[in-house]
Amino acid sequence: MPTYRPGPVSLIIAALVALFLLMPLLAVIPVSLTPSRMLAMPSGELSLRHYRALIEDPRWIDSILLSIRIGIVSSAFSTVLALCFSLGVWMFQPRFTAALVGFVLLPMVVPPVVSAITLYFLLTSVSGMSSFFGYDTWLGVAMAHSVMTVPFATVLILVSLSQLDRRIDLAARGLGATVWERATRIIMPNIKFGIVTAALLSFVLSWEEIGVTLFITSVNAITLPRLMWMGLRDNIDPAIAALSVILIIITVLVLAVRSVVTRQRALH
Amino acid sequence: MRSYLSDRMGAALLMAPLLLFLVLAYAWPFLGVVKWSFTLPTPGLGQYEALLTDDLVQSVFIRTLRIAAIVTVVSVCAAYAITVVWVRGTPAQRLIAEFCILVPFWISVLTRAFGWVALLSNRGLINTWLQAIGFISEPLALVRNEFGVIVGMTHFLIPFAVFPLASAMRSLDDRVLLAARGLGSSRMRTFWTVFVPMTRSGIIGSAMIVFVFSLGFFVTPAILGGGRSVMIAELIYLRIFQSPDWGLGAAISVVLVLFVSVLMAVLFRYVKPKQLI
Repeated sequence: MPTYRPGPVSLIIAALVALFLLMPLLAVIPVSLTPSRMLAMPSGELSLRHYRALIEDPRWIDSILLSIRIGIVSSAFSTVLALCFSLGVWMFQPRFTAALVGFVLLPMVVPPVVSAITLYFLLTSVSGMSSFFGYDTWLGVAMAHSVMTVPFATVLILVSLSQLDRRIDLAARGLGATVWERATRIIMPNIKFGIVTAALLSFVLSWEEIGVTLFITSVNAITLPRLMWMGLRDNIDPAIAALSVILIIITVLVLAVRSVVTRQRALH
Repeated sequence: MRSYLSDRMGAALLMAPLLLFLVLAYAWPFLGVVKWSFTLPTPGLGQYEALLTDDLVQSVFIRTLRIAAIVTVVSVCAAYAITVVWVRGTPAQRLIAEFCILVPFWISVLTRAFGWVALLSNRGLINTWLQAIGFISEPLALVRNEFGVIVGMTHFLIPFAVFPLASAMRSLDDRVLLAARGLGSSRMRTFWTVFVPMTRSGIIGSAMIVFVFSLGFFVTPAILGGGRSVMIAELIYLRIFQSPDWGLGAAISVVLVLFVSVLMAVLFRYVKPKQLI
């Protein structure tokens, strides 16, 4: 326990920083309630028309469904690949592990815009070969998102493996378990929390991915962030404010639930 | 011998799918981009020469470095202030600080940029209020310029700057601080001469992360800069999609990767990767 607490000066500066961090998130609330068709503060009456637009306008619904589909496919794909890779690293500790892990983490450290132009090159080259897998297709976007999320999934699974006691695996091996049995019946049940976290994080990263998506889509594969981007660049649509309020509320709820759950786990 | 062989087979079978996937979907196309930079529109080093001579490209590089430097200093200082409370505050203070750090962290970059548009634009919250109380008659230009870009990027990067700082502050030994106080040093002096120097690795790590992130930043500058304050990433986008000049876009990407690699190499000489989480 720290015995050395921050003094009043630190608290005041920290409070200002906290205000700065929350300000833009609070600012979208009044904007979302404006009756005007353009971005403006409501003067007098409030309206829910922009929330209604989210439910009624097929463009928003289509893009939400598309983002969910891409998120599920790319999260499943990258979690499975990351899990197999991490199991290989942990169970066999092959030579050059550090270099191989470093290679897998590249898409996480390379500036996103460089990854974006790289994936643009990939998908435009593939487009010539098949029509449903290339540039501006949902499968192409899902594949590109997998490239971007797989390093995060790998890190999370490797971290939870590093906390696992090697002796239980050695015991299983000594008792004659095959590699498959060790992986599926001994190791995976013990890191299931890490696997689920990896899948969830991959989904969230894909759900909000915009930097790469901008480079690899044009008119067909309009994900939710891509649609928001279009509404932000041209004529700012207050429906984005309504959508932002909903996304912020979901985030706050999920974080609150998570904090309660971790507290419960810590107590038991 | 047999088990050794089956071990190698097992490792290969488990690790191959991901490695193969990234070689085909990432390493190979990256080499393709490098090839573009040497072959489009004509083979040779023309694109790299253009990088060194083109005034527009030069000014974008300088602007990017300037913005990245300002954002780094401001975000690290702001992050430092809130991290002190998050790590060393009372339980209630810590909970509030954690909420203020993690909620923005998990909200998408687009929503956060949009929040700043709602605050800073001509018909936004700040200008509406200032005009309502009669403080200004014309709206202030707070967005679609460099100021807006710096504000938005700082906001995005503060949570990232917090984590290395928190890790450094958590590993600091309280007894040193108590000793300083016991020997008669004031709160301020203890903070500046003991606490801050002892978190140096966190400060370096967090400054490097913020700086590297700022260099390749795309979404926030594009929205809050409104096309007037173009940074490197947006320049790449414009070269690929608006004035099809793929060779130059590719050459800028290659230079950006090289620059970031050098920075990372310097970073890891001073800080271990584990200290960054």
